[in-house]
Parts: sequence; structure tokens; C-alpha cells
Amino acid sequence: MGLVESGKLPKPLAKLLNISRKYSIWAYQWGLACCAIEMGAAFASPRYDVMRLGVIPFPASPRQADLVVIAGTVTDKLAPAVVRLYEQMPDPKYVISMGSCANCGGPYWDSYSVTKGVDQLIPVDVYVPGCPPRPEALLEGIILLQERIAHEDMAERWKGEPIVVS
Amino acid sequence: MTTIDEPQSVADLAASATDNRVNLDFETEGMTLNMGPQHPATHGTLRIVAKLDGEQVVSAEPVCGYMHRGYEKLTEVRTYPQINALINRIDWLGSFANEVPFILAAERLMGVEAPPRAQWIRTILFEMSRVANISLFLGDFGLQLGGMTAGFYAFRDREWVLNQIEAVTGGRFHPNFDRIGGLKDDLPKGWIADTHVAMDRLLAFCDEMEDLLVGNEIFQSRTRGIGVIPEDIALSYGLSGANLRASGVDWDLRRDGCPEGLVYDKIDWKVWTHPDGDCFARTWVRLQETREAAKIVKQLLDTIPSGPVMAKVPRIIKVPEGEAYVACENPLGEMGYYVVSKGDLVPFRVKIRSASFNNISVIPWVARGAYVPDLISILGSLYFILGDIDR
Amino acid sequence: MSQLSSADTETAEAPAIDEVRNDVLAAFSARLGDGIVGSHIQPGHDLWIRVSRDSWAATAEAAKQLGYTFFDFLSAIDWMPSPFGRDMDAQEDIVVSGAQAKEPQPMMQGYAGGETRFQVLARLYSINAKMGVTFKADLPDSDLSIATWSNTFAGANWHEREAKEMFGINFVGHPNLINMYLPTDFQGHPLRKDFPLLARRVRPWPGIVDVEPMPGVGDDEEGEGE
Repeated sequence: MGLVESGKLPKPLAKLLNISRKYSIWAYQWGLACCAIEMGAAFASPRYDVMRLGVIPFPASPRQADLVVIAGTVTDKLAPAVVRLYEQMPDPKYVISMGSCANCGGPYWDSYSVTKGVDQLIPVDVYVPGCPPRPEALLEGIILLQERIAHEDMAERWKGEPIVVS
Repeated sequence: MTTIDEPQSVADLAASATDNRVNLDFETEGMTLNMGPQHPATHGTLRIVAKLDGEQVVSAEPVCGYMHRGYEKLTEVRTYPQINALINRIDWLGSFANEVPFILAAERLMGVEAPPRAQWIRTILFEMSRVANISLFLGDFGLQLGGMTAGFYAFRDREWVLNQIEAVTGGRFHPNFDRIGGLKDDLPKGWIADTHVAMDRLLAFCDEMEDLLVGNEIFQSRTRGIGVIPEDIALSYGLSGANLRASGVDWDLRRDGCPEGLVYDKIDWKVWTHPDGDCFARTWVRLQETREAAKIVKQLLDTIPSGPVMAKVPRIIKVPEGEAYVACENPLGEMGYYVVSKGDLVPFRVKIRSASFNNISVIPWVARGAYVPDLISILGSLYFILGDIDR
Repeated sequence: MSQLSSADTETAEAPAIDEVRNDVLAAFSARLGDGIVGSHIQPGHDLWIRVSRDSWAATAEAAKQLGYTFFDFLSAIDWMPSPFGRDMDAQEDIVVSGAQAKEPQPMMQGYAGGETRFQVLARLYSINAKMGVTFKADLPDSDLSIATWSNTFAGANWHEREAKEMFGINFVGHPNLINMYLPTDFQGHPLRKDFPLLARRVRPWPGIVDVEPMPGVGDDEEGEGE
């Protein structure tokens, strides 16, 4: 899309593209610990249905996903796997860090084997606090992310500096 | 147990085969398949390094530690109420059940007994956490074997139980409700009637699962005769819970090692066993246990005594010197805490004996010779929670 | 054998002499003889047997023959008092619970006695007798090794791997003594008392009371240990 990269996209069109992007997110669930169950309740249970927001939670692999929700404690042993999975996602990609373990280490802040927050490894867009956050809190986080996408400058994203992790 | 056959010669196969043409001279060399640590079928971050010969598993070695958070070290720098808040997160599906053995161990060391009403409510919440935990197992097992409907039903019906737990404790999971000497709060008004309704709904769910899963032909052919664990192997590895009872051993800590804080001896209930020891037996035993747990809750709800919910304990808890090991029949199996105290605010050492650690250690033995889809069945039926394995 | 428990003062139903557990102890003494160097019975609750290091493997065999076939767990205890204290040295803690002694406490072992810093701890159940027994064995500091139980109880395999990486104890005869939880290049043995939790060294926990007063309320009562 040469128009997007060169920044010559007319504003109504950019807005339309942003809206369509924000309502068609494919979310990859990196469910590690207890927050994964709340994420499962948010994504798969009919009560806190996430599909009504336009987010489909069933991509088969990270290579087809836009959004990754990291739910649960990240340990030092798992950290290389997190980075690798993040690198496998194609751009533009977003990260939601769910739960206090992924935000900052959480109740295991003094443990010898826990990474104190997943933002030490990958860049995070939205932090959802809680231990575990209610499914409605995760849905609120997704709505915040959607607002962020809606106001995004696509040209900046496409031709800006790529986010290199390592 | 199947064995790995020698590859037959082309002539033999051509002579006898009708539709086995695929196997003609198919050179299969060993392949190492890495399942995990992120995989939809492993209940979390468990990595299984499986060496395959064709489709059969030669050896399957689980690699744990991807969720190791260092609980036993963290308990040495936290006070007893802080530890109570932390250990909820070991078995994160039936969270109230994690607190109970630890609180009972601390109460034994302090010489404090919770009042009868607190003991009743503790047992009710314990059994409700069992229902919440195992109903997710039934749904999840169906999901792993390909029957996604079961998963959705499980999440939907579990909400009934979580609603009730939230009404009394304030948290859907990780309730942090137990205190040394009793409970944090009393029951809200109308809770007993609502919980009766919820348990009826769960009994209906168990019937649905029986139709969907246990009575299903495909399910039976994928689980009958798969992953047989005989009794002596089960005892030697320390399997517990439904895994042990499905191998024919009649052992249930609620009846046989009943700790002094729970009230199982005051009601009428049954321990379910099954002689086969295969995946189907484990699923069947768990299904019956869920039904039994719902019935136990209903019986207990009708007989709650009135009274205080908290005994007289000092506000700053200092547990006297001593050692105590208390194990309870948690939803996953036997979970116990070996608490060593030196008379301080903080325990000296807490050894957490978690059920899934022993349950998973049998995988190298039971997976030899199984096919790859059978490995999924075996993993699913052994039912572990990563937080329980890795602590 | 030190009487360290005050649990018998409140409950009046616990019998003073536990016949069943005395018989179990006698059965083990008959098989192991001199191997048993200490024991402790808490009536109505539990039995501890401390054996010498050399008879550790024989203990497993004897237990299995006496019907103790269910393997519960195997771990270790480090009896040295932590040189870092209990990491609760904020001003508020000292006001509430008194100043902590600064010089290190003497090392005191628990039930069934002991003379060394490290002790191996194991527990077995008998399904028929509905009884559990806890075993302990001393390990000298100069040679932290002991025989393996994985030949008698297959479940001990993983438990011994965990004890090795957490405490540094070598189990002689174990088929595959690699790390269980920690990555292979992890240095140190975390559950030893002299292994510090670095996050707490860098920034100590502020204390057991709320550090800031709640908005709008005067002096609150103290928090419950959060």
C-alpha cells in the first residue's frame, strides 16, 4: 500500500481503515497461569463474550495473529519463548499484559525465578491490572486498545522504526 | 501396552495387506517432537519432549519449571496471613482448596480449633471448589479430544459455582477467605437457597457431560484401554486423587486421613473407584466425584449450625514451635503442607506437597508405546494444573 | 527428642499414649535396629523416625515390606537460621513485634532431633493401615550425599531431582540427576538459607502496616499483615 507508507492517504480513508482494523483483531492467547482461566472466561464463555467487540480469539498460530494477550506469570525459563513468539507475529502487532504478574511480577515480586513484568521483554500497549482481573476488566482493556488503534497514525506505524526486540 | 514391531519386508506386506499399502517399506527414523511450552493441549506451560518412531512414542519426558515461582522460598519471608493469600494460586482452578491444609496445619500447631459453623462452611467451600475444578476438567478434556462443545458448556456452568463463591468471599477465584481459627466472614443472606439452585444446575451439567462425553462412541474408543496404570505402579509413583481411585485403590483422605477441621464424618457420602486404570476410568471417576461433591454440598447446606465463624486468636499470629504435616483430598489429589515453625511470625520452612507433581512423574512410564493422539488422551486424563506441578 | 509442641494443651481428646504408632515404631525398630537414631510421636497425629544416613536405603526396603507402599514426598530441610533475618525489619515491624535479635540464633533441629545443618525428609503412607510415617536423616556438611530411593519407589526420582537443585544434595545411584525446575545455567541452590532473595535486598518490604494513611480517615487500625 504505497499510499499508506508515503502518508498521502486522505483522512476519511485513514479513519475508515483504522475502524476496520480495530474491529477485526485476531487475538492470540498466551495463557500461562490463573489469568488464563479468566481470559478463557472472557473469550470463550457466552457470558463475557469477546466476539461482540470484533475480537476473534482462535488463531491457530502466532503468525496469523494481531494481538497477543499475555496472561499469567512469566518466568525466566519461559522468557526466550515469549520473545520468540512475539517475533513470529507479523506487524502491526499489539500486546496486552493481563494481570499483575505480567505487569510487574505481581505477588512474586521477590522470587528468584520470575521475570518482573513482561515489559522487560516485549513492548506492551495496554496493562490490565488485577489478580486476576475480572473478565470485564479484560474487555475494558481491549476497548482501550481499540481506541488506541482508532487514533493511530498508520503512516507512522508503517514507515516508522520497526520494533526490534533483541 | 503395545510394543514397537520390526518393520516387515515388502513381500510380506504385499501378500497380506489389503489397505495397508501405506506401510510398504516406510523408513521411519526417530524424530523428536517438542510439545509446548505453549500448546493448547497441555493445560499451561508444560513441555513434553517426545521421541517418536513413526507415530509411536518411544519416550516422553516432561520438562517442568516454566511456571516455577519459588513458593517454598517465598513462604520463608511472609507471615501466615500473607502466605494464605499466596498459596491460593498454586492450584488456580479450585483455589479455596489450597488454603485449607495450610490453615489446618497452622491451627494444629497453635492448638486452636475453629468453631463448628466455620468448619461446616469450610467444608462446603472446599467441595464447591472441587466442583468448580473438575467441571472444568470435563469440559477441557472434551476440548482436547476435539469435542469443543463440552468446553463451552463447562465454562458456562462453572459460572454458577463461581457466582456463589463470589457472593460469600468476594472473589471469583483466589478467595483468600480462610483464616487461622475460622473464616473471614459469615454467609450472606439468601446464599443457602441460591447455592441449592447452583448445585442442582451442576448436577444437570454432570448429566449433560455424561451424554456428551462418557456415552460418546468416539470418546470411548479414544480412552478405553489407553494409558493403563496398574495399582502397584500408581502407589509407587505416589499418584493420588481420582488417578489412584481409577486404578482400583480405595483411598480417600476425606475418609481415611480426615483432618480435624473438616466435617466429612457427619454426613453420608461415597467414595468411587474403578478397577480398570485407563483414561476412561479416570474420567468416569471424576464425573462421579463431581456429582458426589454437589450432593455433599446440598447435605451440608441443610445442616449448618449457627454460631460464630472465628475462634479467639490474637491479631498478630505467632505460631508456636513444632512441625506438622496436614494433607487433604484436594480436587487434583493429595495436597499437603509440611510446616516447620520456630515460634515466629514467619514459618521456618514450608514444604508443599502438590498432587500434580507426582501425577505427572508417571508420564515417562505410561507413555511408552502409545501413539501421539493417545498421548493427548493420557495427559488430559491425568489432569494436572501447571501451578501445582511447578509451584 | 524434644517436646516442642504445645498442641496438646487445648484438645482434651488426644490420647496421651498412642498405641498404634508405638506399635509401628516397634515394627520399624525390629527391622532396622541400630539404624534408628531418634523418633518422636505426636499422639493422634503423626510419627517421626530419624535414621542414620547409611541405613536410608534399608529404611525404604523395610517400609515397603511393612506395607508402606504409597510414596508421598521427599525433600530436605536446612536448619540454619537465615543470616538475612526474616526480612521484616521495617520500623513498624519492630514496634509491633519487638526488636529482633541481631546476633544469629543457634541452630536447633526439630522433631526427632538431629545434629547437622541439612536433613533429608521423606514421608510414606500405608493404605491398609491408614497410617503415615515421616522419615528424617542427617547429612554431614562435608559430604552432602545419600542413597537414592528411586529403585524402591519410582516416584522418588523427580523429588530427588528437585532436592538436588534446591539444596545441592547428591543422591547416589540416581539414574538422571538433572535440574527439575530451574534452567541448566542457574547458579546456586535457592532453598538454602544463605541464598538471598535479591529483590528484598535491593528494596526491603515497607512493613506490615499500611505505609500511607487512608485518605480522609485519621489513624486507621493496623492492617492484618498485608
